[in-house]
Amino acid sequence: MAEITFNDIIKPENLAYKKSRLMTDNILSYCPGCGHGTAHQVLAEVLEEENLQERTIGITPVGCSVLMYNYIDVDFQEAAHGRAPALATAVKRLMPDKFVFTYQGDGDLAAIGTAETIHTCNRGENILMLFINNGIYGMTGGQMAPTTLPGMKSSTSPYGRDVSMMGSPIKMADIVAMLPGTCYVTRQSVNTAGGVRKLKRALKKAVQYQNEKRGTCFIEVVSNCPSGWKMTPVESNKWMEEHMFPFYPLGDIKVPAE
Amino acid sequence: MEKELRLMKGNEAVAEAAIRAGADGYFGYPITPQSEILEYLMEANPQATTGMVVLQAESEVAAINMVYGGASCGKKVMTSSSSPGISLKQEGITYIAGAELPCLIVNVVRGGPGLGTIQPAQSDYFQATKGGGHGDYHLLVLAPASVQEMADFVELGFDLAFKYRNPVMILSDGAIGQMMEKVWLKPQKKRSEEILPWATTGKPATRERNIITSLDLDPGRQEHFNLKLIAKYREMEEKEVRFEEFMTDDAEYIFVAYGTSARLCQKALQLARAEGIKAGLLRPITLFPFPKKRLNELAASVKGMLAVEMSAGQMVEDVMLSVCGKTRVSHYGRMGGMIPTPEEVLENLKSFIKG
Repeated sequence: MAEITFNDIIKPENLAYKKSRLMTDNILSYCPGCGHGTAHQVLAEVLEEENLQERTIGITPVGCSVLMYNYIDVDFQEAAHGRAPALATAVKRLMPDKFVFTYQGDGDLAAIGTAETIHTCNRGENILMLFINNGIYGMTGGQMAPTTLPGMKSSTSPYGRDVSMMGSPIKMADIVAMLPGTCYVTRQSVNTAGGVRKLKRALKKAVQYQNEKRGTCFIEVVSNCPSGWKMTPVESNKWMEEHMFPFYPLGDIKVPAE
Repeated sequence: MEKELRLMKGNEAVAEAAIRAGADGYFGYPITPQSEILEYLMEANPQATTGMVVLQAESEVAAINMVYGGASCGKKVMTSSSSPGISLKQEGITYIAGAELPCLIVNVVRGGPGLGTIQPAQSDYFQATKGGGHGDYHLLVLAPASVQEMADFVELGFDLAFKYRNPVMILSDGAIGQMMEKVWLKPQKKRSEEILPWATTGKPATRERNIITSLDLDPGRQEHFNLKLIAKYREMEEKEVRFEEFMTDDAEYIFVAYGTSARLCQKALQLARAEGIKAGLLRPITLFPFPKKRLNELAASVKGMLAVEMSAGQMVEDVMLSVCGKTRVSHYGRMGGMIPTPEEVLENLKSFIKG
């Protein structure tokens, strides 16, 4: 029997979907069912479709996406924990014609990097801040995050988050939306095809606004963490819809005047 | 702009020299006794002339991470602060060293520990020369003793930072930062438009993506990288040691002092010579790399060395390591923002001679 090749199976005329040219072939370090991989793919598609590879500088965080530079084929800087917006500020100011984005998790953006987040948004730096909120510290093994829901269990809130002791979860998108420096603040998801399409539209708007120098664009992606939440991928998505989305409602929080 | 003679504070000289050296960016945060650097740059507004970016950050932590971001683009970027602020910057500094990036950091030292005082001190020597943040690394450290050197070391610092892709620190103190002296300023240099091959400036089709990181989860590769850094520091020790000597030819006793202390020792040396004591002075200009070899040579011909520092005794440890027991070494210092007088230094030399 003749060897069956890739092209024998996937006929170009039948191809409905493929990974972005800007996604590398490196094996993702994310757990099965995690939203990071989908968020990466959507971002890579937008960078490719908007022809941004040659002028993009991405800033990666400390957290699960610390190795993001292995997966998307653009220039990257790896920041210290929480400091990505400070790096992005300098990059954009020194090279205003580049497309600059940060990609950060909830511990990075809303705990240790709160000052950088607030002040970068307050200065209205012309960058995109992409915020993946899964309500937990994934990489270090499931500790309580600033966005962990009330009563939610984690390895450092094993009896559930007691808001009288540990404070309430921070709605970072709502906070930065109050600052005059932000021009576009929206909350999206990647757990459904519809959610992915909406995120893609939001990312394209952010590209447009950055080109128009309108201020900081802040896109929160409410996502899941099957490993940290100790659930299967399917369970985690269901739990996210039932618990995360009511607390972090999806949709635009702030849109620029047209 | 031509070469120009001005009367300036050390801090102002740093700021003006940065503009003239063609710096691309300065990111700072106010702290006494160095706030004039940020103030001067804001008033000079070089963005309108050379295009240099000047930004007041929300914290020292943010400022050094802005430097990290700018340096990652291959830009000539700098920050300045004073001791407590430099402690905050250590996180960013170790990342910058770990990612092998060029930048300039100015520390106008004040007394510590903690909030300490706003008066001059030299108590950040260990922090500056031994790494300062976590991990095995060194900064290349320049110690100015005049306003002229505050200005000159900005361009020298940038040149060395790019030569070795390593952060350079100007270790000054509150006295050098605040005092006014005449200073020759160099003509304006154009900002570089060169795109460096390793810098993150956007990936063209002609090269692989550039990644600036200090992370390697593979211990073998990380150790290999550590060895590469050590080789770089050894090369600095071979090629970049700078120092100045005064009357060491026939000296029996040598002061070893840098910055403000070196100026005091120059006067103390004259007082000593007037009393018939054959004193000399070695002033390290680079604190890392330290003038180990020269001190070791001198150790063979002198009766002793007195390290004079405005600290509890930090550089003296490097003097001891340099002479390897060949001669007596002692330390004299004041702390907490107190500056010794030349007479005080001479008295201490005399008691050192008595043994």
